[in-house]
Amino acid sequence: MLQASRLTLERHFHPVFAPVDLVVGRGDLWVLTGANGSGKTTLLRLLAGLVTPSEGQLARSVAAAWVGHRLALKDDLDVLENLQLARDFAGRTDADPLDAARKAGLEMALDQPAGTLSAGQRKRCALARLLLSPAPLWLLDEPYANLDRDGVTLLDGLLADHVGAGGACVMSTHGDLKPAIDGYRELAILPAPPGDHW
Amino acid sequence: MNATVTTPPGKAIGPIFRRDLKLAFRRRSEILQPLIFLCVVVSLFPLGVSPAPERLATMAQGVIWIAALLATVLSLDTFFRDDWEDGSIEQWAVSGHSLALIAVARAAAHWLVAGLPIVLLSPLLATWMQLPGEGVPVLAATLALGTPVLALVGAIGSALTVGARRGGQLLSLLVFPLYVPVLIMATGATGAAVDGLPYNGQLGLMAAMLVAAVTLAPFAIAAALRLSLE
Repeated sequence: MLQASRLTLERHFHPVFAPVDLVVGRGDLWVLTGANGSGKTTLLRLLAGLVTPSEGQLARSVAAAWVGHRLALKDDLDVLENLQLARDFAGRTDADPLDAARKAGLEMALDQPAGTLSAGQRKRCALARLLLSPAPLWLLDEPYANLDRDGVTLLDGLLADHVGAGGACVMSTHGDLKPAIDGYRELAILPAPPGDHW
Repeated sequence: MNATVTTPPGKAIGPIFRRDLKLAFRRRSEILQPLIFLCVVVSLFPLGVSPAPERLATMAQGVIWIAALLATVLSLDTFFRDDWEDGSIEQWAVSGHSLALIAVARAAAHWLVAGLPIVLLSPLLATWMQLPGEGVPVLAATLALGTPVLALVGAIGSALTVGARRGGQLLSLLVFPLYVPVLIMATGATGAAVDGLPYNGQLGLMAAMLVAAVTLAPFAIAAALRLSLE
């Protein structure tokens, strides 16, 4: 689905992280680990095509769905409207926003404007959008952030279903929280070797 | 990068257009503020300059058009800001939909709620400013042709300044010089109509500007949005 070789990005003439090799195929679940500021988000943005790499090759053959720090929820629209919007934008008339909201545990907050939701509920709403996207590759930046214990279990369930159905996911995490799914692979993001920076 | 996406281009236009209209009606005050601003600015001229009809009539089209420019810039500051801050632009970019077509859809929706009301208000403004009757339909026509150009050109500026703090001030510095040709043609056409001279040349040039803006501006907007994500 995705192949990256010797991928890196320079900011202010200095690479953000050491060159990364990554091959993502069907059913793969990759977890990017690293300290704050190590470049997990930057790498995910590279993989999503939001940023162009300064070195290395990147080839992606499938559509990607992206959940970043900014969740792209419209505060003036309620949960269901936000999900309907995502569905229409993804062009999937067969997907059911109500069902996605239920799977994300948001049935109590369907008609609540997104602006009044808690941080965890907002995260759930953004994750529910993944279920409405036809993209087989999920790119998730710190998906566990703000989620409660139930939310973490729920996300693990979504991930297991997605990966089990032949999808793939690359996600970042900085803490001890790792998906409770067998067979995930870890990729540590290392700082760039010092030397050629000025 | 060869991201192949199965959704056909242009599929996003409808959803984005409807989304923008829905959001606009949830925040009616944001639509109304520039319009009220426009009316207030125009109504200050009879009070501040002179209520004498002949003096007002000589500058009517200029005042109305300058006020329309200011009102447009006021409403354009937030054109992409919300979508940038909440991450919607990232989603557009990742989705594989054409950013240029999304920009067209957004500009169309914006014109419908911010530009069209200016056109509809123009007879009222013309009456306040004592614009002779022959000029009123031409003024409305120049606004109808000109406000979409203002919206599209302003959207380029809005996309360029979206990541900058205090982008609003930068935006006005950036786009006002580009608005000058529109202003000159529009006031020239209206003035010619009042004087009983032919004005179709100016209107033709304004139509040409509109065509150029509709076809070229979306690509500039898309490029500026991509830049804002880097």
